[in-house]
Amino acid sequence: MSGADLRSARGASSTAAGAARIASVASDVARGRARRGRRRRAVIGLLAAAVLVVFVLTLMVGRTFYGPGEVLGVVLGQDVPGASFTVGRLRLPRAVLAIAAGLCFGLGGVTFQTMLRNPLASPDIIGISSGASAAAAFAIVTLSLDDAQVSAFAIAAGLAVAVLVYLLSKKGGVAGTRLVLVGIGVAAMLDSLTAYVLSGAAQWDLQEALRWLTGSLNGTSWPQVVPVLVALVVLTPVLLSRSRDLSVTQLGDDTASALGVRVDRTRLVVILAAVGLISFATAACGPIAFVAFLSGPIAARIIGPHGSLLVPSALVGALLVLVADVVGQFALGTRFPVGVVTGVLGAPYLIYLIVRTNRAGGSL
Amino acid sequence: MTTDHSLVARRLTLGYGDRVVVDDLDLAVPPGRITAIVGANACGKSTLLRSMSRLLRPRAGQVVLDGAEVHRTPARQLARTLGLLPQSPVAPEGITVADLVGRGRHPHQGLLSRWSSADDLAVAEALEATETTGLADRSVDELSGGQRQRVWIAMALAQQTDVLLLDEPTTFLDVSHQVEVLDLLTDLNRSRGTTVVMVLHDLNLAARYADHLVALADGRVHAAGTPHEVLTEDCVRAVFGLDSRVVDDPTTGAPMMLPLGRHHVVGEGPVRRESSSESTP
Repeated sequence: MSGADLRSARGASSTAAGAARIASVASDVARGRARRGRRRRAVIGLLAAAVLVVFVLTLMVGRTFYGPGEVLGVVLGQDVPGASFTVGRLRLPRAVLAIAAGLCFGLGGVTFQTMLRNPLASPDIIGISSGASAAAAFAIVTLSLDDAQVSAFAIAAGLAVAVLVYLLSKKGGVAGTRLVLVGIGVAAMLDSLTAYVLSGAAQWDLQEALRWLTGSLNGTSWPQVVPVLVALVVLTPVLLSRSRDLSVTQLGDDTASALGVRVDRTRLVVILAAVGLISFATAACGPIAFVAFLSGPIAARIIGPHGSLLVPSALVGALLVLVADVVGQFALGTRFPVGVVTGVLGAPYLIYLIVRTNRAGGSL
Repeated sequence: MTTDHSLVARRLTLGYGDRVVVDDLDLAVPPGRITAIVGANACGKSTLLRSMSRLLRPRAGQVVLDGAEVHRTPARQLARTLGLLPQSPVAPEGITVADLVGRGRHPHQGLLSRWSSADDLAVAEALEATETTGLADRSVDELSGGQRQRVWIAMALAQQTDVLLLDEPTTFLDVSHQVEVLDLLTDLNRSRGTTVVMVLHDLNLAARYADHLVALADGRVHAAGTPHEVLTEDCVRAVFGLDSRVVDDPTTGAPMMLPLGRHHVVGEGPVRRESSSESTP
């Protein structure tokens, strides 16, 4: 429609014709929104179904195969010879932790990326996972603390690193490339600290070292899993209740404030919750490489730019960890810890983003 | 809908860090009219606008909307009466026009309340008023500068506030789009009685479109009133440090400022000296 037509339409907007036109546009708007909503729900449903299917498969498949009936029996608490130990003690906690940690990393990662408006500003790139990991390694190897104390230690370190990176990068605008670069530096320092702690503990084997450097689910038992589940139950509702405010802050701090969002408070609450999720998960299974970094962008690619990415990216995180763990265990001849597999997936994307950032002159 | 909102700044002092930008400023925004704020770079125009919309807490003094201090009003409640379009808002990558305009409904939606048909209607009206209905499903990244600015204004319109503050809404637009945006704001003011306050760079467009013109210099109001009262040669000299001629715009009757630079002015300055040297043998 030409500009002249539109202008005449607008001139008549006080008339019935104008009102009818606005009503028809409104119903178009409503239809578009309903269509996007349906698509969004369908994608979320598919992701959840995929997580469930892979979860059940990982319980069934292994050195010994157990049928769905036996697996269900174990999950329901029946005593199935053989399966009760293999599935109930080995596979089930491992698969549950894979899902829980994936959810934590997916949620925490996309929260940071959205809040700081930068896909590189994910907690595993800017040092928060590294801080939690170094603290957990130190707490276990050097201080010999129990699981709850390790989690507390990891959280304190995660928060301390978040504050440190914030303060070091405050000068140049926090959302900028400066924060990412400062964070990468801090992460490198903390990773070497982890390596130092591990090198001082001769009785710890290579598998354990790999857990704190790249993340691993090997030897998962229930006491490790419980704190992560508690963190999810407590912190996920906090994040979800802020999800709409979070998507409005993407429009810039001034615009978000003008739309009635209390930007500072939202940022504080959301970052505390995200650091909590990341740190609890890291304390249990190490900083599974790049899951926090990858989940948000993958979810955005699948679901499109409409609405909050929190739930889709949490599910993508869970799926990534589950699938990567299966691949690491069975597909490659030797058994690799999950973080090695996700690292192989994540590194090319990181390179792609950095190349693109340079091309765009530093803005993402 | 009551549109007569009083927006007043009283003895307002604003600053960043050690720097005082606005100093003991008094300003009353006439309700239901278009106010334009003009002034040299860094004179505190944007700072004043940010403070009026609660983004910047005053060092001293207050901003009062309908008798209530804006910095004590809950953010969401204020955002239903007073909207602000900042100078450089950020569009998330890939967001569609309809989605962006829909974000303007944020202050009208509660924590749990779902999107309503009133929200759809507000978005539709905003799209129609800004002639962006045809762009609704396009991605904001793909739009031209003029289209994008209209979309941002549509978002601010969807907020359905009776007072709308805009920080340089015409920056980076070519002249036809500048006029288009200002016409749109005038339509809005005439049809809904929206109180518009905008910071503008172009003095002549400000004088043409504003009912009330405010000239700021060094963080204070140098002059405020109708364009004819404010836009004078003395005022331009005091505010911008520029010699000028002010004449009536033959097309609108509004005052129009013609800068006198050091070159090209016929009948005065260097040009006359050149021609007089020619006439002397």
